[in-house]
Amino acid sequence: MDAPSSTLAQANDTDAGQKPMLTYVPIRGYGRKAAAAALLIILGSFLFSIAGNDNFGWPVVGQYLFDDRIMSGLLLTSWLTVVTMVIGVVLGTILAIMAMSSNGVISVVANSYLWFFRGTPVLVQLIFWYNLAALFPDLSIGIPFTSLWYSVDTNTVITPVMAAILGLGLNEGAYMSEIIRSGLMSVDSGQRQAAKSLGMTNGKSLWRIVIPQAMPIIIPPTGNQTIGMLKTSSLVSVIALSDLLYSAQTIYSRNFQTIPLLIVACIWYLSATSILTAIQSRIERHYGRSLLQADAPVRWRLFRSS
Amino acid sequence: MSEPMVVFDRVSKSYGALEVLKEINLEVAPGEVLSLIGPSGSGKSTLLRCVNHLERIDGGSITVDGELIGYRQVGNLAYELPEKLIAKQRARIAMVFQNFNLFGHMTVLENVIEAPVQVLGVPKAHAIEHAKGILDQVGLADKLETYPRMLSGGQQQRVAIARALAMKPKLILFDEPTSALDPELVGEVLDVMRALAEGGMTMMVVTHEMAFARDVCNRVAFMDGGKIVECGPPSEVLANPTHERTRTFLSKVN
Ligand SMILES: Nc1ncnc2c1ncn2[C@@H]1O[C@H](COP(=O)(O)OP(=O)(O)O)[C@@H](O)[C@H]1O
Ligand SMILES: [Mg+2]
Repeated sequence: MDAPSSTLAQANDTDAGQKPMLTYVPIRGYGRKAAAAALLIILGSFLFSIAGNDNFGWPVVGQYLFDDRIMSGLLLTSWLTVVTMVIGVVLGTILAIMAMSSNGVISVVANSYLWFFRGTPVLVQLIFWYNLAALFPDLSIGIPFTSLWYSVDTNTVITPVMAAILGLGLNEGAYMSEIIRSGLMSVDSGQRQAAKSLGMTNGKSLWRIVIPQAMPIIIPPTGNQTIGMLKTSSLVSVIALSDLLYSAQTIYSRNFQTIPLLIVACIWYLSATSILTAIQSRIERHYGRSLLQADAPVRWRLFRSS
Repeated sequence: MSEPMVVFDRVSKSYGALEVLKEINLEVAPGEVLSLIGPSGSGKSTLLRCVNHLERIDGGSITVDGELIGYRQVGNLAYELPEKLIAKQRARIAMVFQNFNLFGHMTVLENVIEAPVQVLGVPKAHAIEHAKGILDQVGLADKLETYPRMLSGGQQQRVAIARALAMKPKLILFDEPTSALDPELVGEVLDVMRALAEGGMTMMVVTHEMAFARDVCNRVAFMDGGKIVECGPPSEVLANPTHERTRTFLSKVN
C-alpha cells in the first residue's frame, strides 16, 4: 500500500475531532496507458513487416525518389495546388459576398455558379476547358455595340496549363464560397453594426472586423480542400500534363515497378501534406490567439497524460 | 439658447405594415442628457438607430449639429448620401450597445484605437496615447492587452464606452447599456456615464434604470406605440406624470 491509502486509514483512526487534510490521488489511467502501448506495438510490428518485405522494392524506391521526372511532377503538383487554391479563395470570397447580397439578381448569379460548378464532374470541366478551341476558335474582348474589339486564337491562350488552372480554380471557387460563407455568417451581426457605428465603410468592416473573426471557422475546411487539391490535381493527366502521380505512372509503365513507384509518389504526397498541415496549425494559432486562456500554453502532444 | 444638437422633425419609420415611429418631434440641446423610457417594442431602439442612419427613416428628417443625417437636400428632394459620406457622419456619433459588441479578435487597446486609426487617420502612436488616457478614465488602465472575452460584462461595457469616446463624438447614443449586466455590475457602468454627463457630453440613453434617469438626466421622454407620449424634466415625467400610460408604465418598473 502506498502513502495516500494510509492517509485515509488515519482518517478513521483519528480522534482529534478535526478531519485531516485529504491527499488527492489522480486517476491512474492504466487502461488508457495499456491501450496506447498495445497501439504502439501493433503499429511498430506493422511498419517492421513492411520495411522488411522485399516485395515492396525499397531499393527501387530509393533509386527513383529524387528522379528528375518525379521532381518535375512534384513541382507541377505543388504550384498547381497553390495557384488553384489562391484562385479558389479569392473567387470563393467574391461568390460568398455575392450570395449574401440583398440584391436578388446578384445572389441568384452566385448560386447558379455554385449549382453548375459543384454539379458537374471536375474531370469534365477540365476536358471542356482543354477543348475550348473546338467550341470557340477565337476569343474576343471588347465593348458591345462599338468597334473596340480585341480578338485572339483560343489555342494560344488556353494552353494545357491554363486549362488546368481554369478547370481546377473555377471549380474550387464554388466549394470555397460555401466555406467562406459559413465563416462570414458565424460572425455576430452586432460586430458589423458596431463597425458601422464607428464610421467604417462596408468594405473596411468586412476586411478588418468580420473576416478576421470568420477565420477560425474558415481555416480547417480550407486546409481540407488544399490537401484534397494536392491529389485532385492529378486529374490534369487527362489533358497531357505530367503531375506527380502521372510521372510515377509513366515510369512504371516502362519498368513495371508499379508498387515502388507508387510508394515514391505517396512519400511526396505525404511530405507535402505534412508541410500543409504545419502551415495550417500556424495560421490557426495566429487567428485563435484571442481564444486562448492566459494560463493555457499551446502544447504538442500525441497522448495527454492526466 | 444655442442651436440644438439633435432635431427630429416629424420622423416616421415602418417595418412593412408595422408603423414603429409615428411623426416624432424632439430636440436635444448640446450637453443635455436625455433618457428614453417606455415599454418593450415601443420604438426606443429604432429611434436611436435612426440617428446614425443604421435604420432608414421613411418620413421627416433628423439633423445632428445642423447636418441632415443620411441625405442631401436639394429643394424638396432628399437624395440618400453615398456610403462614404454616411460613414463620415457616423464617425462623430458614437453608439454603445446592450451587448457591448466589442471586437472579439482585438485586445482592449486595439478595440479602442481601431476606428481612430482606420477611420479618422490618426497616427497610431498618437491614438495609443489617447486611448490609454481614456481607458484610465474608465478604470481599465491595467487591461490594455486583455481580450474582451476574459473581461466581466461591466468591464466590457466600459471598454465599449472608451471605444466610443476615442472618436471624440459630438453625441453618444446608449441603447440599454446596463440591461445585459449582472445587477452588481450595473453601478460601475452608470458611474462612468454619470461622469460623462457631468463633463458636458450630449447623450441619448435608452434605459430601464429609473434612478439614473431621475438623478442624471436633464429630461426624460416616455415612448409608447411609436410616439413620445410625454417629455420633460424627471421631476415632472417620473414624479408627476400627466398621462395615464406613463403612470401605468412607471408603476410596473418601480
Ligand atoms: N428589423 C426589424 N424588422 C421588423 N420589425 C422590427 C425590426 N426591428 C424592430 N422591429 C419591431 O419594431 C418595434 C419597435 O422595436 P424597438 O425599436 O426595438 O423597440 P424597443 O427598443 O422600444 O423595445 C417592435 O415591434 C419590433 O418588433
Ligand atoms: Mg430596444
